[in-house]
Amino acid sequence: MAPSTNTFETLELKNVGRSFGGHDALVDLNLTVRAGEFIALLGPSGCGKSTALNCLAGLLPLTHGEILIDGKRVDILPSEKRDFGMVFQNYALFPHLSVEKNIAFGLQMRNLPKAEITRRVADGLALVKLQEQAKKLPGQLSGGQQQRVAIARAVVLEPRLVLMDEPLSNLDAKLRLEMRTEIRRLHQSLGLTTIYVTHDQEEALSLADRLVVLREGRVQQIGTPEELHNNPTNWHVADFMGYRNIVDLTVDSVTGSLARVSGHGISIMATVAQTAAVGDTVRVAIRPSDLVVLAPGESPQGRETIEATVNVVEYQGREFAVEVTTTAGQNLFVHAYSALLPGSTVQLSVDPSRALVYRTSLDQVDDSRRQLAGVPA
Amino acid sequence: MTSATNTASRAHGSASLKHRLAERGIDTKLLLLVPAIVFALLLFVYPFAYGIGLTFQPLAATQDQWGGGFLSNYVAFFRDAFIFDSVWLTLKLALPAALFNVLVSIPIAFKLRNKFRGKRLLQTLLVLPITLGTVLTAQGLLIFAGRQGWLNRFLMENGIIDQPLALVNNYIGVMLSLIISGFPFAYLLISSYLSGIDPSLEAAAKTLGANWKQRFRRVTLPLLAPGLATTFILTFVLAFSVFPSARLVGDASGDTRVLALMAYRAFSEQLDYSMASTIAIMMGVVELIVIAFVFLGRSFLYKGSTGGKG
Repeated sequence: MAPSTNTFETLELKNVGRSFGGHDALVDLNLTVRAGEFIALLGPSGCGKSTALNCLAGLLPLTHGEILIDGKRVDILPSEKRDFGMVFQNYALFPHLSVEKNIAFGLQMRNLPKAEITRRVADGLALVKLQEQAKKLPGQLSGGQQQRVAIARAVVLEPRLVLMDEPLSNLDAKLRLEMRTEIRRLHQSLGLTTIYVTHDQEEALSLADRLVVLREGRVQQIGTPEELHNNPTNWHVADFMGYRNIVDLTVDSVTGSLARVSGHGISIMATVAQTAAVGDTVRVAIRPSDLVVLAPGESPQGRETIEATVNVVEYQGREFAVEVTTTAGQNLFVHAYSALLPGSTVQLSVDPSRALVYRTSLDQVDDSRRQLAGVPA
Repeated sequence: MTSATNTASRAHGSASLKHRLAERGIDTKLLLLVPAIVFALLLFVYPFAYGIGLTFQPLAATQDQWGGGFLSNYVAFFRDAFIFDSVWLTLKLALPAALFNVLVSIPIAFKLRNKFRGKRLLQTLLVLPITLGTVLTAQGLLIFAGRQGWLNRFLMENGIIDQPLALVNNYIGVMLSLIISGFPFAYLLISSYLSGIDPSLEAAAKTLGANWKQRFRRVTLPLLAPGLATTFILTFVLAFSVFPSARLVGDASGDTRVLALMAYRAFSEQLDYSMASTIAIMMGVVELIVIAFVFLGRSFLYKGSTGGKG
């Protein structure tokens, strides 16, 4: 299938907002999407990501802001005139139409000549490898096959934007990985511009060129997977990005961008990601893989160590996921490369650059954190 | 198959007869069915069979007039124009009434799918006629639309018409009554069928570029059609057995000489039980023929899930 010709330079969302009654589901979403980008909207359920997608698709009218494509407003167009393809969470295949008729539906709506429809449906079927199933009804297909039909139905139209609403959430783990690769492959080979909604950070990190993290309808951070992975802008994003240890500690001293934080049997040097002053209670985020278990006799290389007792050890293939408790009773999660004995005592250390200090509040933060965290404004 | 027999023979070896019967669903719990079976036999099967039996025992007068021996009642039914025409008269009322109720319910059910202020009030008003009996409806129609009714008086006094409109005691009166009592049924059924269609299907059709006409014709209607057929059958059966309103707001010996009235007359005025039974049985036969046609049409439609996930 030929790469999509039906394209644009930029898609702009300006202060896009949506309220239901008195409740703000989405507030001031500002985002510029370049053609060919893969954007993931990420957040827990109820964060406004699906609302944002439905607003883009035209299934929900905006209550604030505008959506522009190359400077032309599209938010005033009805859904059927926007020329966006959408893949729904429950696939939304027409149950009374065969696979090929489902795929042909959008082409027929455009009154294309019969020969072209036949050709493009065949291309679409080949793209998702469902030629054998062409005459079947959606009900006779497996979940993964239905998902592929839904994707083919959206992309045969060569839409200028593809919207995907948690398309993999109804599939089992193995199929989810396969389809993830498939979606990324289609995105690249067809030159699509994709906006993808998910609550799975791993999915978002692996698929997207840029991520938008939402919480309670508000953007928390926009950035590349690396930026989000390494420099989350607040503890909520950190929590979402796999910083499983989120501990409330007190700031003892601050030197430049480093701070000494302590409490709960922990006393370590950490990097200030937001503002922090001596005496503040702060929230410190550390990934389990950054908490290193020292081998007996190994030197901590000048770093402070945390003494802890091993509670639970889970085997995870290459490594062990271990839950430990500090002397003051704080639970921590660490990764270890050898089996630890439950009940034994271990020494942990952490690179100060991999322990991030955040304010406990999630209210709008000032701009200084951007420089501190090195996130481009 | 072989494995099933194996299991059975092994079961035969160890399990008791009671257990083997229980495995096939035969146990003391079946006794709970007895009251229902007795009830059905005494109050439905026996009278129905008795009624059919009666139709083959025509009165001597019927045999003298129409001949045909024990089939004389059926000969009379088909030959006597006064009786047989009432088949067409009943169909002429029931078919359009059912069709109208179904067709008008569709757009209303569609509109009422959305949320809006006053939706519940409107829904209540639409369904309220169910709670009124046919007699009350007929009474209301007479007062409102009769020769001396409010409507005619209003129109005459304002000089809009010279002669009162004949809206009751004829075909129109019965039709109005059938619509008033049949519409709520049709509306309730269709709106429940409609709510069974996954709204994301329409959303999907929208994003694929279908305007509302195309969405209705290509997605919603095909999924709704089996439900429409069922609704049509139910409202048709209701309308076909019309009796009180045909007498109260109709023209009982002319245009609205429906089958139920003919059966009633045969038994209460002519004391001819066998003829009354014959008419009742033939009512059922005509209904079955119409239902068979609708089901035949329905068999060409998609009948699977409408939930979107297939």
